[in-house]
Amino acid sequence: MSDTQITLPRPFVRPVQPGAAPHLRRPKATLRQLLLSDAASWIVPALLLLVWQATAQLGLLPTNVLPAPSEVVAAAWRLTVTGELPVNLLVSAKRAVIGFLIGGSLAFAFGLLNGVSRIGEKLTDTTFQMIRNIPNLAMVPLVILWFGIEDSARVFLVALGVFFPIYINTYHGIRTADAQLVEMGRSYGMSNWELFRQVILPGALPSIFVGLRYALGIMWLTLIVAETIAANAGIGYMATNAREFMQLDVVVLAILIYALLGKLADSTARFLERTALKWHPAFQATP
Amino acid sequence: MVDDILVRALLDEGLPPLSEPEPEIDAPDLPPGGVAIDVRGLTKAFGETSVLHGIDLHVRSGEFLSVIGKSGCGKSTLLRLLAGLDQPSGGEVLFDGAAAARTAHIGRLMFQEPRLLPWARVVDNVAVGLGDRRRSVHAPRRALAKLAAVGLEDRADDWPSVLSGGQKQRVALARALASSPNFLALDEPLGALDALTRIDMQALVEQIWREQGFTAVLVTHDVTEAIMLGDRVILIEDGIVKLELAVDLPRPRHRGSPEVAALEKKILRYLFDDGSYQPRQRAA
Ligand SMILES: Nc1ncnc2c1ncn2[C@@H]1O[C@H](COP(=O)(O)OP(=O)(O)O)[C@@H](O)[C@H]1O
Ligand SMILES: [Mg+2]
Repeated sequence: MSDTQITLPRPFVRPVQPGAAPHLRRPKATLRQLLLSDAASWIVPALLLLVWQATAQLGLLPTNVLPAPSEVVAAAWRLTVTGELPVNLLVSAKRAVIGFLIGGSLAFAFGLLNGVSRIGEKLTDTTFQMIRNIPNLAMVPLVILWFGIEDSARVFLVALGVFFPIYINTYHGIRTADAQLVEMGRSYGMSNWELFRQVILPGALPSIFVGLRYALGIMWLTLIVAETIAANAGIGYMATNAREFMQLDVVVLAILIYALLGKLADSTARFLERTALKWHPAFQATP
Repeated sequence: MVDDILVRALLDEGLPPLSEPEPEIDAPDLPPGGVAIDVRGLTKAFGETSVLHGIDLHVRSGEFLSVIGKSGCGKSTLLRLLAGLDQPSGGEVLFDGAAAARTAHIGRLMFQEPRLLPWARVVDNVAVGLGDRRRSVHAPRRALAKLAAVGLEDRADDWPSVLSGGQKQRVALARALASSPNFLALDEPLGALDALTRIDMQALVEQIWREQGFTAVLVTHDVTEAIMLGDRVILIEDGIVKLELAVDLPRPRHRGSPEVAALEKKILRYLFDDGSYQPRQRAA
């Protein structure tokens, strides 16, 4: 059999060549692209907002149940001009950040320590597991007795709340380090520090980020409740105050702000995760 | 004036860095040469179960030794003892006549899995193998050179997760070679690869071994692979060396040549001497 006898049969040629009829393909492609883009995640919130505004304006939604979004925006503007909103926002954010930093860094340190050291684990892990089983909001009365309604009360509660997700996930990430990679590192003469820095810690990062995102959720939850129960400033305090004066628009504003802050924290965490875990197949954009 | 030189140095990559004179130890690699290995009465037990009952073996410097044996017979255990990853229960392993701790030879073990760090770029994974020199300023250049030796220099900046199985194993090979070992132990490194990739990799391993001259001990479950690569094939059974077979065939050897086939048959006959092995009838 000679090569010259081989000819390509017709059906092998693709009937539709890419780009041959672009006007037929483009609309589908761009709609898909739009739905897959980052902007798409805002389509549903925007629609909800529109429906909300429309029903409020048509009188379907009594104002004593839910004020129109425009009224909430007006309230936001009013409170911004008086300076009430920025001050409260700043107070809340400060509490959240300080509490998170204290609780988070302690948790990270203990997670690492107990992950690598059996002695550390023996000494502290049981204690942590016991405290973990107390819902941190059950501590509110005690915390008020300890700290009064000072800032430190909220900071303490936030720190306590973020501690466990970060502690447990850091600890777990370190503990489940890939034994084969550790053996590989040792066989290539890595020191303990190199082993930790190059093998164990990077391997624990995905787990640590899971803890981080949980912690951020708990951070807001704790703060909202703590500020609503007892505070003299902050978004939660603003909401409680507004309730007493029947300012529904401010109450709704406070809730929306929490939603936005929560989203902001989560986006930050996601961004950090994407940056730190570039190597992870789950974060590699398909080219 | 000094600034001028600095700027030029920064602009012109050809200029050597000013403050870093090339250290003596970072001279270009010479082929490292091998190391003779003497194994005397080596035993290994895990708790109650004894795996190796007394292995006696001499591997010449620069020799390529293939080790075969049924699954679970202790091949990996033997390699780990040779590579110093485990301590023997009894007996000793000598390198050029001295205990491992007292020789300057470098031994490396290539695992069955690539065991690459998923969070390190390919070139950084290779740099792990540089040993004490991985912190040197020349580490990236050296790693890149080793990567070139296995034909993957263009994948230096990729993450391991995007490589194929064969490419990952080539990176692992480059890493094992990075510190120019005198002794390379290979634990079924090609076992998980498809047949065609495996043949390529065998040729690569053989070529690098011939260039570098290290002593190689290859564990494999593939009898053909053992014969294609080994100067000698040993069979481990019941915790001892049961069979020893010199492969006196010139290199490069040819897969499917009558000499290779004859040796293969001999080993398989021995392995299945209860008669369960039937040589395949060649199609007419
Ligand atoms: N760390 C260990 N602890 C207990 N038993 C082991 C250990 N490593 C290997 N073994 C046992 O030793 C035997 C030989 O194992 P191995 O050397 O891995 O065999 P192979 O020849 O398939 O590489 C097996 O029965 C295995 O179960
Ligand atoms: Mg094995």
